[in-house]
Amino acid sequence: MARLNTPVMLKINDITVGYGAITAVKGLTLEVREGEIVSLIGSNGAGKSTTLRTVSGLLKPKTGSIEFLGERIDGVAGHDVVAKGICHSPEGRRIFPKMTVDENLDLGAFLRKDAAAVKESRERVLELFPRLRERINQKAGTMSGGEQQMLAVGRALMGDPKLLVLDEPSMGLAPVLVDLIFETIETIRKSGVTILLVEQNALAALRIADYAYVLESGHLKLEGDGSKLADDPAIAQAYLGG
Amino acid sequence: MTSVASGVARKKVKLSAILMKISMLFIIGVAVYWLGLNLFKDPIQFASVTVNGLTNGMLYALIALGYTLVYGIIELINFAHGDLFMLGSVFSFAILTEALGATEPSTKNYVLLLLVLLLTMLFCAILNVTIERLAYRRLRNAPRLAPLITAVGMSFVLQWVGLKWVGSVPVNVPTVLPSTSFGFGGVEFSFKAVAIFAVTIPLLIVLTFIVNKTRRGRAMRATAQDKDASRLMGIDVNKTISFTFAIAGAAAGAAGIMYAQTIGTVAYNLGFQLGLIAFTSAVLGGVGNLYGAVIGGIIIGLIQSYNDGLPIGPGQRWSQTMVFAILILLMVYRPGGLLGETAQEKV
Repeated sequence: MARLNTPVMLKINDITVGYGAITAVKGLTLEVREGEIVSLIGSNGAGKSTTLRTVSGLLKPKTGSIEFLGERIDGVAGHDVVAKGICHSPEGRRIFPKMTVDENLDLGAFLRKDAAAVKESRERVLELFPRLRERINQKAGTMSGGEQQMLAVGRALMGDPKLLVLDEPSMGLAPVLVDLIFETIETIRKSGVTILLVEQNALAALRIADYAYVLESGHLKLEGDGSKLADDPAIAQAYLGG
Repeated sequence: MTSVASGVARKKVKLSAILMKISMLFIIGVAVYWLGLNLFKDPIQFASVTVNGLTNGMLYALIALGYTLVYGIIELINFAHGDLFMLGSVFSFAILTEALGATEPSTKNYVLLLLVLLLTMLFCAILNVTIERLAYRRLRNAPRLAPLITAVGMSFVLQWVGLKWVGSVPVNVPTVLPSTSFGFGGVEFSFKAVAIFAVTIPLLIVLTFIVNKTRRGRAMRATAQDKDASRLMGIDVNKTISFTFAIAGAAAGAAGIMYAQTIGTVAYNLGFQLGLIAFTSAVLGGVGNLYGAVIGGIIIGLIQSYNDGLPIGPGQRWSQTMVFAILILLMVYRPGGLLGETAQEKV
């Protein structure tokens, strides 16, 4: 798939991010356009999750800027970034294990005031993941990995995002569920949500992406249309296991 | 070879589990026998000792709630919490008794008591929020020991404030509550006990309602489980932690004024003793669990009261020993506390 010709939604401009003395992302520039699926791939420790955490305001970039819908959001606190329309389903799911599925979904809509619209989102999420409806009153921590992942994505959707940030949604899942998750990501995009995706499963991530960036030790290594990168033999060798 | 070894190991585990059960049943049996003996010997005495234990237990529960709320949200044993309770009692004494001159039962003074109750709760809430801001917040990502030691230091600071405020000798508080009592089927209920129930029960209900049913409470429970994930939900984690300290402080303040008005003394070192008991209550019930703190407080109040007041019993000298012996026993059988989660190892 090729890059869409729509306005830029998220623009990351030359950011450097680190934890203490360690620099995890160095001079990264990338953009996400409205309606796109953009994938960020790379090996472990390449700086993918760090980039997403910076977008969501959990980390502050040392240099550079991040613009969302024309507004600077670097240095804005995490809870205020959510209010601007960026919802993040974090690495390792990070659902609230002692709460029920229902309460987890409610928390996803924590900042939304319009009860009717929240109810509508809830219906949409439960249609997307019928499994969650069956488990609605179950403690989230007692569910299987796949169900927890559905909950993590569903919870992020409850925030009615303009940009949905997904970090490793297929991690640790059975192959059947991996396919389901990727299908769902495409369904979500069709409903008008822009998606920034980080994945270890590089091939699948490139196939559904309009545009993709390849990170290596915190640097941008390559970028291009998702399908082109998926067919690139150099990429195949480095990231797709030959 | 290996299968034999594992078979032996399994047998050992089973045996010790059975022993644990038998010893636990034995201990419970002894306790029930002792209580039953007293109940038959003097049922009326038994009933009034129970009322007395519940009264103390309610106060412990209010303080224990603060330990458990704060531990639940930032995993800090807030050693200064008992001293916050002490400052609450001192503050109420300074305002109600000294400034407003309410020293005897009257309708006007009851109204003043209610007003000062609210004021004391507010005072302790603000103080607790300030303590968190100044001392604990900057240490949130520091190693665990740092905030713990800071809490101990904060406890000394608050004690010093109390010392400067009321001096080193316990001060008698002429209470607004009448010391009369009324009989009910032979059991004497003091008005003070009724007042404590009237204040603590609604407060405990309101507090658990806030934590379990409101939006703020939901934010608290989420923050307690996962701070980063909560931020991603749009929850302001700092504000939520401040709110938790405010609730914990308000509960300690309410306990403080009720203590001053029912026991009738305030002293700068009150916080250490009651704080220890309340902390024990929180651990007994399962630290981090709201209902656990309440149940733990009531149980310790009852243990103390039964121990001190029953006709056949060890007597007051053994009060602390009994409380902590039961705590230790409980920790042996339920390491996580009564309602706490048993620590599960993740595989």
